[in-house]
Amino acid sequence: MLRFLARRFVSMVFVLFSISVLSFLIFFATPGVDPAARIAGRNADQQTLKAVRHDFGLDRPLPVRYALMMKKLFITRDLTSYVNRGAKVIPQVTQAAPVTLSLVFGAAVIWVIASIAMGMLAGVFRGTAIDTTVMIVGLIGISMPVFWLGEVVNLITQSRLHGSVFSWVPPLGYVPFTHSPWGWFKSLLFPWLTLSILYIGIYARVLRSAIVEAQEEDYVRTARAKGLTERRVLFRHALRTSLIGFVSLFGLDFGALVGGGALLTEVVFGLHGVGKLTFDSLQNLDLPVILATVMYAAFFVVVANAIVDLIYAWLDPRVRRA
Amino acid sequence: MSGAIVDEVLASPGGDLVIAAASPWQLARRRLLRNRVALVMAALLAVIVTLCLCAPLYAHHIAHTHPFQSSLDATTIVNGKRVPVMVQSTEGLGLGVTPIGPTWDLHHYFLGADEQGRDVAARLLYGGRNSLLIGTAAALITCTLAVLIGVVAGFFGGLLDGVLSRFLDLIWAFPVYLLAISLSTVLIARGISFGPFHLESGSLLLPITIIGVVYIPYVARPVRGEVLSIRRREFVEAAIGLGASNWRLLWNEVLPNVITTVIVLFPLMLAIDMLTEAALSFLSIGVQAPQASWGTIILDGQDVLYTRPAVALAPGIAIALTVLALNVLGDGIRDALDPRAKLRRTDKES
Repeated sequence: MLRFLARRFVSMVFVLFSISVLSFLIFFATPGVDPAARIAGRNADQQTLKAVRHDFGLDRPLPVRYALMMKKLFITRDLTSYVNRGAKVIPQVTQAAPVTLSLVFGAAVIWVIASIAMGMLAGVFRGTAIDTTVMIVGLIGISMPVFWLGEVVNLITQSRLHGSVFSWVPPLGYVPFTHSPWGWFKSLLFPWLTLSILYIGIYARVLRSAIVEAQEEDYVRTARAKGLTERRVLFRHALRTSLIGFVSLFGLDFGALVGGGALLTEVVFGLHGVGKLTFDSLQNLDLPVILATVMYAAFFVVVANAIVDLIYAWLDPRVRRA
Repeated sequence: MSGAIVDEVLASPGGDLVIAAASPWQLARRRLLRNRVALVMAALLAVIVTLCLCAPLYAHHIAHTHPFQSSLDATTIVNGKRVPVMVQSTEGLGLGVTPIGPTWDLHHYFLGADEQGRDVAARLLYGGRNSLLIGTAAALITCTLAVLIGVVAGFFGGLLDGVLSRFLDLIWAFPVYLLAISLSTVLIARGISFGPFHLESGSLLLPITIIGVVYIPYVARPVRGEVLSIRRREFVEAAIGLGASNWRLLWNEVLPNVITTVIVLFPLMLAIDMLTEAALSFLSIGVQAPQASWGTIILDGQDVLYTRPAVALAPGIAIALTVLALNVLGDGIRDALDPRAKLRRTDKES
């Protein structure tokens, strides 16, 4: 197990390093992209461009710039924005992180509970109208663009029914939990529901097929033959093994969302989380901020991947030797 | 996979049992044709595609509009009366104009107008052409490159496999939306040149290429796994024993077995690609004006969301219906090609 851990850690560091190089190259070495021209503004003359390039160290060789950037990002932690001169990047990310965490955590609670309920319902009643209905509802959830769903939700809760049923819905934006827990809940309820609908569909389908498959397994037949109640067979035997795939999928999706994958939901609901920060900095090509958020995102995805692998290795000793 | 196998036992009208011999493809087609829901969805998809292809016909001969020119001072006919397309606001200070809402009259602004006085219904059809085109082209790129990478990596193994797999792992670890968004933002301003190839910044090829590339690992990884297991099977051993060349092995033994995986994944990739295109366009880094897509129309509709919701609602419904149809169809094709999945599903129906 120790060797597996060590190997997993090395590959994690390697992937993070590669991602940092790849994103650095995307933003700094793509032909036709000139950060200096962005910083200097439109119609800047050659003199100004040259000065800007020198100021920001953009005239130095690529590997040196990469090393300097990584040093500023991870060691001295004083990377500054290109657009708001002097604004430090890392505090921006740490300020945005609680918003994203609140959004993703709440949505995850909803989607896990709802998808387990729906997946079990469909799995137990497979082949019946209940199964078909639940699966079609899930498919509809998967098929809607999340930002569009968010707009529809806004249309209903902020405009059409805001005068009656949804008068308690606060205007778009984030209320910190420390400021008012109830306000936090109210401001995030609809973003949670919107974000979770896609995942409810995916997870319910995954769980259903796992349960259907488990029902055919020998150990479920054995459990039935022992005379266990149908409920006990379902919860203690079929569901438990079905959850393995579910959990690994959850780890990956949760990591990606915390890392900024909830960008569209954040943009539509005006939540200033990491995804929104990434998007805003992309709009004005604020490269240091983009690099920081991409690294932050990659970190969560890679760590989530590693945790999932560890859980697998813990559950199944064969994986450790692979 | 080639060669006929005896599989299904059909009862003939006379009551005698007839053993039907059919190729796996015929069996799959027969199973798919029995799946009513999938057939309905296929029909829906065909209707949507046909409607979108007929966009110029609708714009020029039915609605008589120019869906790509802003026409703020145009007029139209509602209930026999001529009214302006952009209505002077009556609320507040009376400043600003609101586009006309849906008239539900196919000849005159069926779904109303957008902020620039353009016919939403006509734009919806034109936008659908681009959305479908981008989705299809991107899915084709993904599947072609993924099969190439997956088959080469899985079949030849060794260093080549190591390099290709690490590359796939790298793209896989990069959050896919962030990668697509990053590439689009950087490339949308100037386009990109690869030797003789040049992608213009406003060209549809840019979102097609970006979306096509970022999803490669999603197909290449399963294909590689499949190839790894096929390579060890007896029929490949037999072919090697007969002295088949690598090329012949790939073409006659490996590819025909991999192709079902790709056929199953294609509609699902198409669905994901269309959602990604919509998201990129909504973030204004996908399809660029004056071109339209369902994503850009939703973006156009955002400004008039509370006054004229039809502008944003219609393209969203179009996307959802198309993607739903593709997902159901994809499931149907998977069930048809994988009899084990079919068995699992029908154990209560039969």
